[in-house]
Amino acid sequence: MWRRIVSLIIKEMLAIWRDPKGRAVILVPPLLQLVIFAFAMTMEVRNLDIAVLNLDTGNRGREVEAGILGASPFDDVIRLQSVNQIREMIDGQRVIAVVHIGQDFTRRIEAGESADVQIILDGRKSNASQIVNSYLSSIISRVSAAAYAGHETPDVLRVRHWFNPNLEYTWFTLPGLVATITLLTTIIVTALSVARERELGTFDQLLVSPLRPLEIVVGKSAPGLIFGYLHGTFFILVAIFGFKIPFAGSLFALYGSMFFYLLAVIGIGLFISAISATQQQAILGAFVFASPAVLLSGFMSPVENMPDWMQLATQINPLRHFLVVAQGVFLKDLPLFEVARNTFPLVLIATITLPASAWLLRKKVS
Amino acid sequence: MLDKPTHQSGGQLFVQIREVTKHFSAKGPPALETVSGTIETGKITGLVGPDGAGKTTLIRLLTGLSRPSKGAVLIEGEDAYASQHYLHQMLGYMPQRFGLYEDLSVMENLVLFADLKGLSGPERDETFSHLLKFTDLARFTERLAGALSGGMKQKLGLACALLTRPRLLLLDEPSVGVDPISRRELWSMVSELVDKSMAVVWATAYLDEAEKCDEVLLLSDGKLLYSGSPANLTDTMTGRVYLARLPQAKRRETIAPLLADASVADAILHGDAIRLLTQKSADLAHIQGLVDGELVPAAPRFEDAFVDRLGGGPDGRSPLVDAMKAHTDTGEAVVEARGLTKRYGSFAAASNITFSQKRGEILGLLGPNGAGKSTTFKMLCGLTAPSEGEGRVAGYDLRTAAADARGRLGYMAQKFSLYGDISVAQNLSFFAGVYGLGHRRAKERIDAMLEAFDLTAYRGTTAGQLPLGFKQRLALAAALLHEPEVLFLDEPTSGVDPITRREFWSHINALTAKNVAVLVTTHFMEEAEYCDRINLIYRGKTIAEGTPDALKASCAGADKSAVTMEDAFIALVARSEQAEKETAA
Repeated sequence: MWRRIVSLIIKEMLAIWRDPKGRAVILVPPLLQLVIFAFAMTMEVRNLDIAVLNLDTGNRGREVEAGILGASPFDDVIRLQSVNQIREMIDGQRVIAVVHIGQDFTRRIEAGESADVQIILDGRKSNASQIVNSYLSSIISRVSAAAYAGHETPDVLRVRHWFNPNLEYTWFTLPGLVATITLLTTIIVTALSVARERELGTFDQLLVSPLRPLEIVVGKSAPGLIFGYLHGTFFILVAIFGFKIPFAGSLFALYGSMFFYLLAVIGIGLFISAISATQQQAILGAFVFASPAVLLSGFMSPVENMPDWMQLATQINPLRHFLVVAQGVFLKDLPLFEVARNTFPLVLIATITLPASAWLLRKKVS
Repeated sequence: MLDKPTHQSGGQLFVQIREVTKHFSAKGPPALETVSGTIETGKITGLVGPDGAGKTTLIRLLTGLSRPSKGAVLIEGEDAYASQHYLHQMLGYMPQRFGLYEDLSVMENLVLFADLKGLSGPERDETFSHLLKFTDLARFTERLAGALSGGMKQKLGLACALLTRPRLLLLDEPSVGVDPISRRELWSMVSELVDKSMAVVWATAYLDEAEKCDEVLLLSDGKLLYSGSPANLTDTMTGRVYLARLPQAKRRETIAPLLADASVADAILHGDAIRLLTQKSADLAHIQGLVDGELVPAAPRFEDAFVDRLGGGPDGRSPLVDAMKAHTDTGEAVVEARGLTKRYGSFAAASNITFSQKRGEILGLLGPNGAGKSTTFKMLCGLTAPSEGEGRVAGYDLRTAAADARGRLGYMAQKFSLYGDISVAQNLSFFAGVYGLGHRRAKERIDAMLEAFDLTAYRGTTAGQLPLGFKQRLALAAALLHEPEVLFLDEPTSGVDPITRREFWSHINALTAKNVAVLVTTHFMEEAEYCDRINLIYRGKTIAEGTPDALKASCAGADKSAVTMEDAFIALVARSEQAEKETAA
């Protein structure tokens, strides 16, 4: 039995690797994803323009302006001359925010009165403008802290972010990529496996051999598992050595959990493959599954922000569970119990999808 | 035989093909190499050759859709590629895979093609009613094109090509996948059409069709072997063809030495007899010495001439004789079907099929596409579970021990489906592993197969890049690695050139000598002639069973005239339909 399965696995690996398209499927997406997620898709505020309308002639106004100029996220600081220009700046999306300092800003501070700074933000970019707002607030509160020194010191809030003290965005994305990339690779490799044979007419040849349906399922699952682990390992190495992300947890826990994660995904991939007549259909099926799986995993937006019914629906998404494990083990040494708690749903999904796809394959045969 | 079209006269030069060469890639041989010929109006010009000979390439050049690498195609003196637009006004083209929309009904297809060709108003309606009557499709106008039988699809395709009364009608293998009855109808429809204003090109791999054309262009490997009237070519073989009448049991052991003999150019099984093509001025007494039976002169066929042009048949030796072990003939049936029935809903794809097959016997399941022969075949190799009845292979019940049964059979799918991206040796190792051969034995068997099929030089070649003949050998090698007791062949040689086909059957002959049973499905009459016994399946039922000669004899008229397998097939089908009507009444 093992001899048959091993032969099938070797053939599967060779067939993927010797087909130029198969090689492309294996090599291109992970590299592309690496570039896109690690460099292009960032949620930090960088490279933004901002405008300042400083009508104050005193020192305090200049200090605020200098603070903005010196802040790293802002690329270009445009100085405005009159209130009329503000609308045009925001409407034309020239800048994300305008800081308006009134004529009496310095005078009021000197007089010990409260002074106001107006910040106009572009609400169309809600996420970025919130972050810009907090940047600006911290600059202004620094100035005011210095200005009111000697008067009464206001309480200053100090924020510390645990597990990712500098809020490095890559610390969040790369462990997530370990999970999403393995999903994409595994789902495509397995979805193509049976569909490829069916399209080329070799599937019948396989079915008339002494291979039993269970052996076919094992043989067809192995390449997904192997390539899933290869890609997962590659991204773990890139994260640790390329992006210097600290690996806090246990590799054993991560790889162990990944095993059940990959099985769950393979079950879905084989299911797609069993119902596809051509490779094109299989690829399409894989993406119909993969896009919502990534969107509803908590990788793009927190699951907690979704409506209750949808949170419930995300339970059947293997990525949602494994993402918690990958990010947790990487950044905060997730305890083994928690790893197991998040792996359990993966075991459940695999025990449903794998037999279901085996059943479907057998049913398609007869 | 069909009626010969009688439009020999009045041909007018319509198309000139001038030393055309077509390359698709810089490396590799050209698809067409300096091919010249003419096509005249009022005639059916056959474009004849096996798969991969260059027929479709030449047709595409005639449509002006692709441009020759060298040379030119002139249609009424105009370059086809340059005057495409004008050309398409007078062209009717029926591509190989019917250019129909399978999800549209017959009428919707017609309307669509009429719109595309700018046909409208009363003229359109008149054309429709004429064509529907002509093709006998009037009853099916509401049916989806995808739900039509192979023959009806081709008729609809023909109707669509005829909408604007073309002056040049190009038919790319119209008879592929069409049962013999529809094939005849299609042929007579086309020959009815041909007149002084129309030229027809009929591409085909079937040499019996070539015989009926007015003119042929015979292609092989992109080269033109012959152009002119098929009869002229066939006539050059006169006096060289004989039928050797033998007892049925002796025909297989007689054919190999005949093929090996220098004075015999070609020999094939023809029912109980062997059809011989002798070399020019061969010593007949010498040949008679090789045959334990009567030698009767026979009329030459187009195929004899083709084989002769290709340098004669293979030498009949199959190295498989040394590479396969002999199974012992226990005298028991090795394949058994008892009341095999497969139902899809209320439709019975196969009903109550019963037969048994001895070791060393070649049994043919013959029938048109969709008749149920593939369903029967699939039930017997375990690809489909029967709804009723039982099947046994090598003593194993397919319901309870399917995997064991599958381990005893070899299977060669249509079109030799192998893994095209991996090498020859990797393909063989895979099958050796899947059939559970130990490493040592796998190596032995792989080497033996590579040796027997002359594949050693191709060990590392990617299977998809092998020439067609070698692909077929590899497929057979893969099916024989584990020395099966039964070999299942699904339309093994349709579309293959005559030499490769003969070579293939000499391997099969060698296998029967080793007591391997061979089960063949085919809709190809010529393949049926090679079988020991035939089970004729029509509409899911066995309608006749027996040796090829017995079937032919059962249909011979009072005059005992020779009937072809195709005649027998058509007569038996008609008889069964008649019987069905009577029971219904």
